[in-house]
Amino acid sequence: MHISPDQTIFWQYGFFKFNATILFTWALMIVLASGARLVTRKLSTGLDRSRWQNLLEILVTGIEKQIEEVGLSEPREYIGFLGTLFVFVAAASICTVIPGYDPPTASLSTTAALALSVFVAVPFFGIQKQGVLNYLKSYGTPTPMMLPFNIISELSRTLALTIRLFGNMMSGAMIVGILLTITPFIFPVVMTLLGQLTGMVQAYIFSILAAVYIAAATRVRKPKAEPMQGVAA
Amino acid sequence: MDNMTIVAVASIVIAGITTGFGAIGPALAQGRAVAAALTALAQQPDASSTITRTLFVGLAMIESMVIYCLLISLILIFVNPFWNHVIAQTAGK
Repeated sequence: MHISPDQTIFWQYGFFKFNATILFTWALMIVLASGARLVTRKLSTGLDRSRWQNLLEILVTGIEKQIEEVGLSEPREYIGFLGTLFVFVAAASICTVIPGYDPPTASLSTTAALALSVFVAVPFFGIQKQGVLNYLKSYGTPTPMMLPFNIISELSRTLALTIRLFGNMMSGAMIVGILLTITPFIFPVVMTLLGQLTGMVQAYIFSILAAVYIAAATRVRKPKAEPMQGVAA
Repeated sequence: MDNMTIVAVASIVIAGITTGFGAIGPALAQGRAVAAALTALAQQPDASSTITRTLFVGLAMIESMVIYCLLISLILIFVNPFWNHVIAQTAGK
């Protein structure tokens, strides 16, 4: 039973397996990076621009607005990380229409890697914004008794991100595969469309959750206000 | 009943029950979430983008509970380690 692209091995050398996950991930990376490079070679600030530049501008300004609405006041600092998460997961899901393609996010390795990068990025941005001491103190709020629960919630958030994306992508591919043996022709096409919808929603959810976690970590806490000493006459 | 039969019956029955029961709670919760979002939208239509975004994030978090159950069911049916172990035992005999 074809569970994940990890099982399609093209070439093996001892411990290292060159499987379909690696192939499709690198193919996506090359397409996205070279596509972006080609489009941004001749940027124009006037009204006369290429349609690809328009598309990229819509994407970038849309993601910036979403990041700002989540609560991060300078979206340009975070759009590199969060935008890449969204574009990679969305592109991995959209390319399912290409025959012979298996989304690399249907493999637990890819989703675990993405969730681990969020797990590392949250303290990174938190320490960058607040300093090491303030960030570590935030684990002890509201009371120091919450310290183990805060740590456990960090770990379980990462696990939930992994399993959510993996489960959605893998079950989408598997349901289409199972349906092909039952009712070929019409129903698998409908299910593939549904898979596209859930893929886009999952890409949005992944990046928005990463943004929310980063916003929670970089929230500057105001010091407690001094009580009023007396009312001026 | 030998080992193979026990493992097979248990896996099949539990795989069915897991997703069956596991989808009830999240489905009810998602219904309540959407109902609350619709009420809020009706009262404040100009906050619709915030409400919609928060609704989607909430729905995804509830949905992930069902995804866990589905994962267990799929593992029990397709990559069942107990079944593989029992098959290897029988093949080795």
